[in-house]
Amino acid sequence: MSQGAQSTAQRRVVITGIGATTPVGGDATSSWNNLLAAAPGIRSLEGEQYAGLPVRIAGTSAVDPGTVLERHEARKLDRCEQFALIAAREAWSDAGTPEIDGARLGTVIATGVGGVVTLLEQYDVLRERGPSRVSPNLVPMLMANGSAAVVGLELGARAGIHTPVSACASGAEAVVMAAAMIRNGRADVVVAGGTEACIHPLTLSGFASMRALSTRNDEPSRASRPYDKGRDGFVMGEGAGILILESLEHAQARGARIYAEYAGGGMTADAHHIAQPEPEGRGAAEAIRLALQDADLSASDIVHVNAHATSTPQGDIAESLAIRAALGSAVDRVAVSGTKSMTGHLLGGAGAIESVATVLAVHHRLAPPTANLEDPDDEIQLDVVGHSPRQLPAGDIAAINNSFGFGGHNVALIIRSHP
Amino acid sequence: MSEQDILSGLAAIVNEVAGVPADAVTPEKSFIDDLDIDSLSMVEVVMAAEDKFGVSIPDAEVKNLSTVGDAVSYIAKAAA
Repeated sequence: MSQGAQSTAQRRVVITGIGATTPVGGDATSSWNNLLAAAPGIRSLEGEQYAGLPVRIAGTSAVDPGTVLERHEARKLDRCEQFALIAAREAWSDAGTPEIDGARLGTVIATGVGGVVTLLEQYDVLRERGPSRVSPNLVPMLMANGSAAVVGLELGARAGIHTPVSACASGAEAVVMAAAMIRNGRADVVVAGGTEACIHPLTLSGFASMRALSTRNDEPSRASRPYDKGRDGFVMGEGAGILILESLEHAQARGARIYAEYAGGGMTADAHHIAQPEPEGRGAAEAIRLALQDADLSASDIVHVNAHATSTPQGDIAESLAIRAALGSAVDRVAVSGTKSMTGHLLGGAGAIESVATVLAVHHRLAPPTANLEDPDDEIQLDVVGHSPRQLPAGDIAAINNSFGFGGHNVALIIRSHP
Repeated sequence: MSEQDILSGLAAIVNEVAGVPADAVTPEKSFIDDLDIDSLSMVEVVMAAEDKFGVSIPDAEVKNLSTVGDAVSYIAKAAA
């Protein structure tokens, strides 16, 4: 992927299909509508396995994948693979079910932790019923590349099947890598995105032990509140988002509907701490600058940022400093949205569903709300979109999607309007 | 347990594992060629059959079970 001088001969990449299954909707359209309505999808975790945990809330999926997939299909797929397949099928159909030679089709579908819930369930089977009862599907369900492979298998993708892993930046990194596959000629169409389904007492306890999660158990829908003074940590979510990325010439040749253009991406690392962001957001600012360079755009071209904004006390501040540093005085004209206020944090799926939201924001010219913004933190000097969506300008516009992950991964990607 | 009981029990298992309609699971059908059951799914069918019928079906035997009828006969003998 080129970071640096733009080649004018570089293939342009557009988005021709979208799909999602999220805590706010079982498909992209209902998810988008609930984002616009500032309607959070954070719920209490009712099962007895959650009783007694310090955190008993999460963004559980609005539509259970078991109600969408055939039973015999669902039983061989970890829940994260189920989400990925549902979102990919929607996106592929949305793109018009393109006819394409498999040698020119790829998938890049990320996850943070893959099929860990299946691993935990099969460990119980091993202990209770012995090794001969461990499912022959355990390995394909557990492996992190499972989702990318399952989708690639369904669509006949032979140009390459890839799974980047960078914790909470994974989904955005997948979009950047997928665009690179097209730019460097490996594929004409790439199914790109991310998925996560690891809501489980063990993972909740792990994040809770880090003191990373909100403990607002009595008011689930108010718990995820990026930029608000009352924020106390993120809320785990599950689901998947998928974009169909396509070369511009391939899309135009088949008369595809084009939502928007992938203009560029930038990636850096903090090398600061295994989980905490560098407090001044220097690596994040550089990722944004690299994205602008890659897109051949300047800060003044940006009208909207879908911020990473997880609702942690430190993270929201660090990112705000990064955005200000990278965009300079142009930041005052940028509408910043924290959509995790509604979806929660989908970990490996976050960068993907937020890329879907950024594409739709550009396409519809509407920046989504930030729910629960009741008492904005004045340490954060950004123009944050409040409870109602905000109209974006007419003409040629561009928006940034930021995603940062444990491990110090910084990804910024830019979506540009397509006339 | 009659062979008919075994057949309908096996048909339910194949339907659960592979999505094949239960009434398509008839004795002359080959698991691999007619019912499109791959090797991983066959392992699952065997596991479920062992649990449901209380029999043991070692790997060495599984390779001889080409058709649904072969499996029914084996289970009938093993359960007897």
